[in-house]
Amino acid sequence: TLPCDARVRRAAMAPRRPAKRLVTALCRAFSGRGCQLAPKRGAERRDAAPSRVSRFCPPRKSRHDWIGPPDKYSNLRPIHFYIPENESPLEQKLRELRQETQEWNQQFWADQNLTFHKEKEEFVRSRLKAKGLDLRTASGQKATLNAEEMAEFYKEFLSKNFQKHMYYNRDWYKRNFAITFFMGKVALERIWNKLRPKQKKTSS
Amino acid sequence: MAASPHTLSSRLLTEMATRSSILAWRIPWMEKLGWGGGCIWYLERRVTRESPRRFLHLLRNVNQQWVTFQHFNFLRHMYVTQLNRSLKQQIKPKPEPAESPFLEKTSLDEAKAEICEMRPLVPPSLSLSRKPSEKALIEPEPTSVIEGSIDLGKETKEEKQWKEMKLRVDDLPGILARLSKIKLTALVVSTTSAGFALAPAPFDWSCFLLTFVGTGLASCAANSINQFFEVPFDSNMNRTKNRPLVRGQISPLLAVSFATCCAVPGVALLTWGVNPLTGALGLFNIFLYTCCYTPLKRVSIANTWVGAVVGAIPPVMGWTAATGSLDAGACLLGGILYSWQFPHFNALSWGLREDYSRGGYCMMSVTHPALCRRVALRHCLALLAMCVAAPALDVTTWTFPVIALPINLYISYLGFRFYRDADRKSSRKLFFCSLWHLPLLLLLMLTCKRRAGEEGTGAPQS
Repeated sequence: TLPCDARVRRAAMAPRRPAKRLVTALCRAFSGRGCQLAPKRGAERRDAAPSRVSRFCPPRKSRHDWIGPPDKYSNLRPIHFYIPENESPLEQKLRELRQETQEWNQQFWADQNLTFHKEKEEFVRSRLKAKGLDLRTASGQKATLNAEEMAEFYKEFLSKNFQKHMYYNRDWYKRNFAITFFMGKVALERIWNKLRPKQKKTSS
Repeated sequence: MAASPHTLSSRLLTEMATRSSILAWRIPWMEKLGWGGGCIWYLERRVTRESPRRFLHLLRNVNQQWVTFQHFNFLRHMYVTQLNRSLKQQIKPKPEPAESPFLEKTSLDEAKAEICEMRPLVPPSLSLSRKPSEKALIEPEPTSVIEGSIDLGKETKEEKQWKEMKLRVDDLPGILARLSKIKLTALVVSTTSAGFALAPAPFDWSCFLLTFVGTGLASCAANSINQFFEVPFDSNMNRTKNRPLVRGQISPLLAVSFATCCAVPGVALLTWGVNPLTGALGLFNIFLYTCCYTPLKRVSIANTWVGAVVGAIPPVMGWTAATGSLDAGACLLGGILYSWQFPHFNALSWGLREDYSRGGYCMMSVTHPALCRRVALRHCLALLAMCVAAPALDVTTWTFPVIALPINLYISYLGFRFYRDADRKSSRKLFFCSLWHLPLLLLLMLTCKRRAGEEGTGAPQS
């Protein structure tokens, strides 16, 4: 078994080269405009990958993946993938796909949530200024707008990000299906491997 | 006054410290309160025992009249983090010798210990400078001694929140119940049962049970697939962030397998155990919910109307299971459920506008708020009208619209208030009213069901 830090480094570095191959493979399988955007995002994310890698080290004896608390920005729970010694090529492909999808998802949602909060703050500030009110009330609390005033911002934000969401949805559905499909293949492979030695024993 | 550190539980002490800190803010003479003073004494004793130099200047405050809130909070932090550190040392597994022949044992263990335990957590600041197309920059703040120990406490706390993704058989029933949204399934099955009971046919228990189980399985399957599709969106909404797939308690493969294992027997049971029409309706409803409603939620506001149809089909299935045909009574029952969905959902969605906007959901409450309220009111009135039509179609007696009038008028009134006021209070009132309105309405329908042999004034029965 590899030490935790080497595992962490390997997990971070592993997707860098095969990620591009995976993404192009996905693109070949499911042609769509959304996929063309993914490699560009991947280049940026390779820099982000080290900072996104968790500092968590699972116990040595554990043979399973570990899932952490929700990320501060993306609200998605990061998964620390377990790399078995006798990992088959199919299992490796699945793990790398899941790792890459996780990073892509984290990036999208962190970006989305941060943009939302930033734009919301700007909206509140500009409206309060237009009304001639201070940013803080007399008691020192942050001044807020009521729900009806905020509704205008929510509507605008939703329509502004509509296209972005369309591409994300398409990519997400493809990735989700691909991951589940590979999980099924890996499960069948494992069952087959368990049955095969027994067959060899019975035949000899 | 303070008990020995070994007898009092750490939790109790932390609680005492918290309460004392709150009181210290309001009441200056802390040492006059026996347990509060004892708490200060204990905390300071523990802290000074461990790090005398740092806290010498604080010792001087002990004799003063005023004990400040900051002093208390500081002591509380130190106590809690040191407790966590000692606890962490107890639960941390002993590092095992490395098995790899290529790396030395001691350097491996040291490297692991170094990286895993003592790396200080750098708290990212909230003021981020962003270039238009790049990720946010995280600027590290200078860490002080106190922050370092608090960060270590935070890191330990974060480490404890990591869970092994191992499926335990004991947890499986609970996980599957949450995956299949068992409460919603129960509601769906009860509307199907109401449809079965209201149908003008002799009540057959075996047919009823088959319908009950079949519809329940179909609903479980549809809900599981819905959750399978929506993992990242559910993570970002408060209402749904504790679902099993979001928490990693179950793998997507297992969720899909479970859904298939529910859908196939469920639809088969309905088709061959009851009748093909009910089976077809069940299959159609699963398709409508998973392949139309779920993706449509992110594309267009039409999803609400599709969702209303999904809610209307189960009682129709109950009716067709009993009678074997899709007649006017079935359509009326479906219509009542269809109309009910609008005040229910539109009122609920009014309070979730921020989450919907951030998550990219296309809901009327966000994009067309006036339409949202108009539709809710419109359908409250439609409910009233359909209750009047029920006796005309020989589903119930004429007593039904009369006794249902008060609750129908009440929900219409709340719908009108929601339409006019358009605020959180009126939306909540309408939503909670819809929760009891439907079961009560169905119950009244059942009690006023037109019995076989009674003369009706409406359309002849098929």
